[in-house]
Amino acid sequence: MSPGTNQGIGARLLRKEDDRFLMGRGQYVGDLKLPGMQEVAFLRSPLAHASIKGVRVPRELKARVFIAEDLADVAPIRADTALPGFKSSVQPVLARGKVRYVGELVAMCVAGTRAEAEDMAGEIELELEPLPAVTDMLAARKADSALLHEAWGDNVFLSTLTEVDFEAVLKKATQSVTRELRTSRQAMSPLEGRAVLAHWNWRLDQLEVMSSTQQPHIVRSGLAECLGIDEGQIRVVAPDVGGGFGYKGILLPEEVALAWATRRLGLPLRWVEDRREGLAANANCREHHYLITAYADRDGRLLALDCEASVDAGAYSAYPFSACLEAGQIGSILPGLYDFPHYRCRTFSVATNKPPILPYRGVARTGVCFALEVTLDALARALGIEPTSLRLNSLVRPEQMPFDNISKRHFDSGDYPEALRRAMTAIDLKAVRQRQSRGESDGRRLGVGFAMYSEQAGHGTSVYAAWGIPFVPGYEQCFARFTPDGALELRIGAHSHGQGLETTLSQVAHSILGVPHDRIRLVHGDTAATPYSTGTWGSRSMIMSGGAVAAACDQLAQRLIKIGAALLQAKVSDVSLSQGFVTGPAGRIGVEDVARTYYRRPQDLPGDVDPGGLEVTAGYKAKRDTGTFSYAAHAALVAVDVGTGEVEILDYVVVEDGGVLVNPMIVDGQICGGTAQGIGTALYEEMAYDAQGQPLASTLSDYLLPGPAEVPEIRILHMATASPYTRFGQKGLGEGGAIAPPAAITNAINDALAPLGAELLISPVTPRRIAEAVADAERTGLRKAP
Amino acid sequence: MKAARFDYLRPTTLPEALALIAETPEAKVLAGGQTLGPMLNLRLAQPSLLIDIARIAELAEVAEDADGVTFGAIITHAAIEDGRVRDPTAGFLSEVAAGIGYRAVRTRGTIGGSLAHADPAADWLVALSALDAELNLAGPDGRRRVALGGFVAGAMQTMLKANELITGVRLAKFSPAARFGYHKICRKVGEFADAIGAAAYDPERGLHRLAVSTPAGAPLLLDAPFETPAAVPEIAGLESQLRQAGFAGDAYETRLRAVVLKRAATAMAAR
Repeated sequence: MSPGTNQGIGARLLRKEDDRFLMGRGQYVGDLKLPGMQEVAFLRSPLAHASIKGVRVPRELKARVFIAEDLADVAPIRADTALPGFKSSVQPVLARGKVRYVGELVAMCVAGTRAEAEDMAGEIELELEPLPAVTDMLAARKADSALLHEAWGDNVFLSTLTEVDFEAVLKKATQSVTRELRTSRQAMSPLEGRAVLAHWNWRLDQLEVMSSTQQPHIVRSGLAECLGIDEGQIRVVAPDVGGGFGYKGILLPEEVALAWATRRLGLPLRWVEDRREGLAANANCREHHYLITAYADRDGRLLALDCEASVDAGAYSAYPFSACLEAGQIGSILPGLYDFPHYRCRTFSVATNKPPILPYRGVARTGVCFALEVTLDALARALGIEPTSLRLNSLVRPEQMPFDNISKRHFDSGDYPEALRRAMTAIDLKAVRQRQSRGESDGRRLGVGFAMYSEQAGHGTSVYAAWGIPFVPGYEQCFARFTPDGALELRIGAHSHGQGLETTLSQVAHSILGVPHDRIRLVHGDTAATPYSTGTWGSRSMIMSGGAVAAACDQLAQRLIKIGAALLQAKVSDVSLSQGFVTGPAGRIGVEDVARTYYRRPQDLPGDVDPGGLEVTAGYKAKRDTGTFSYAAHAALVAVDVGTGEVEILDYVVVEDGGVLVNPMIVDGQICGGTAQGIGTALYEEMAYDAQGQPLASTLSDYLLPGPAEVPEIRILHMATASPYTRFGQKGLGEGGAIAPPAAITNAINDALAPLGAELLISPVTPRRIAEAVADAERTGLRKAP
Repeated sequence: MKAARFDYLRPTTLPEALALIAETPEAKVLAGGQTLGPMLNLRLAQPSLLIDIARIAELAEVAEDADGVTFGAIITHAAIEDGRVRDPTAGFLSEVAAGIGYRAVRTRGTIGGSLAHADPAADWLVALSALDAELNLAGPDGRRRVALGGFVAGAMQTMLKANELITGVRLAKFSPAARFGYHKICRKVGEFADAIGAAAYDPERGLHRLAVSTPAGAPLLLDAPFETPAAVPEIAGLESQLRQAGFAGDAYETRLRAVVLKRAATAMAAR
């Protein structure tokens, strides 16, 4: 580390990125213009499921409108997994034979402006013969359902079973509860939607694609597979990207279509997704269904979970994460932070006539946390104990760390009960219970809820090899070099789109080399300028790119020491590098001077200097690649108007353990942003479809996102248990904020409503759902009354 | 999406505007564009011509006489919110305006535009119905004045003739004893309301009225539902009054309306 400086690991530095982002100087695909550039609009399917009987393009538009037949030499998008029983879907770039969701691409229209391209789309005659739409994931699993992919014989991409000594629990004396829970389909809503600008560089004979992506190297691989050209003939640039959240980790058919057409037309082509396309046709996520039974012993300790989970995976397996990333992980995530002996979990990834499900911040964890933690509260109520007591009785204890849980997840470090205790203290559970017994003067009902999760991050080869999706993460590299003026340049293949990596990776390098923060520059987002990387996803970048930056800086440090020792006329063993100086027994020399000497006065270098110079590419993989497990306890205090169903969040506490924090201010930003999104999942966001598969929200007045007035002040408390497996003890934590709020807030609402006999089991918990649950409970109660 | 092609004209006098409206039946009048703009972009509206009335000075005026106040149709919500025009309701209009959409919407959106669009979830429609407002209309055959009650024919449908324009909103004078209250329930600040309620009381004018939004279009009016401002009706009573008055929504929709009316009446009593 770097004692005596305030620019290294642990410093609360403002972001280097702030200047351009806050002053409106960011540069996004929508800001880019190339000479002769044309805009693209797509004709999209108006029906969820139909046979294509004809796509008729007016003769005068044929040179500028492309349909599936034109793209005959383009391979479809395929994201298969190696999991046994997985059924492959083939996603044509432009629909072929059938359409399988509203919004699927049918034709591509190229014009000087977007409006003219949309005019062209209006001229195309699309003849469709409707087929029965498959819109409910449970009905889709039944034998009489219509089929999306006829060759499969059913609508299930994949089913899995995880079972550990389950039957034994049935012989024990237990209390159990069974609940059916749902999380609604959502749409990810980064400020910037997707956007692509493709052109062919004739000098380099290279396709250049500027895309709003968080994984430029993966986009390059996907484009090469679809277009049948070498990856070296493709350069993908991700300029500033206005939020990713997983949506920018997907190879879109739009990207492939533009990459193909730009060469055909010899013109730069751009498509900028509008909000309607993003909401209704592209950015779908999160739709889960659970039937779950939780068992406890008479002492209030969790004994077993039995679960059947389904995920509505939509029409196609999206590249590269596949259709099974959510359901396929549920079996291993569902046990949460708890230690219990009996377990069974069956999962189904179900194909429906909706847009493909994509991984959204938290991925499967948000739904899993909701199902588990809401059910645990129900179990505690059945036991007649505080939900926090059930948790404290059942959490993995710190002395058990590192801990292999019932689903073989390897928890690296932490003190889970302590996180919960701190959350109980911060929200002041005792005082809340007293206040509840007094009642509120305005007639509202008060409720408090807790939820916990862990977030596996930076998990690598050993985890993904079994998945066998189109990429398996291995080693991560950083290319680092001193420039002749003594400044430091870092190049990484991951991408930063709001995470502040330009700042935090500079802090890592500063900790090792002592180069001033403002003389360290991060280069990212360009396949031509950076080492290969699977990109930024899975909260991996601070672990993997942070580890790679450190590895490269370590090597540079050794080379600096060798040159520095010679310049100081000291033995290498007698000098050290710290705070930006190579220091020997009789003096010291700054690393900038060492760098200048290397480049400008090679005559002064020792004879045995490393000829590799002051630039290195070094790689990294964690000591153990099963991932770090940051975790948190969230606590929500709400007031509910049972007449209208209005909910006010009075207090919200997050006790988070992200290991060693590289920049606590950025960590707080991640937690606040994630929690805001989690509040959206909990109370607002719902991408509903009707029985014909028509999306019922296509603008932000139908699809509600929380705004500043809906997000309370979030109080964050940190614990910092180092991971034993990473370079600095850091853990990945970018997604966690978005995981627990639906569970914590729903538990708080259910706590408020419990005396009325009402319980909410679906997210978002809307005012109407609350009011109707209360009315139902009143009716049921009246019927029960003598 | 981007708007389909249209022509754009910005007349500076009312006769010019009326002539343009008369000669181009498929034209749309632009009076702030906070709804029409998105409708153009979504291609839900594809007029051949936009007639922007933002520069017609006559429509931006506030006229006061012995009997009342008339607001020009293109006065913005923000102007009312900020108190830049006279408020004969001692702050009630300003309070209503401050709750419309977001500030950016209020800066461009206009009172006349809102009423002509007649979105059932629009604030002005409910608030001004409670106040028993009237509208000044102009057409090729001259000017006329109509009551706002009866003007709205359905959701986003009005009795405005194809060649007419709203030129202003008129409020008859209130007495010093007048009181008003307003409340709306929105899922999210700034978004369209699920229910809006307004209460108005002026003993000298014999006005004691509750107005509430309905999905069908015109706000539902309950006249004389209370004796004095302090006599705030109860939820259950309001629910049955709403049903008797013909409100056909489900239990939750009825409940929300009763609640906003009760809160509006409570706010009025607190003034």
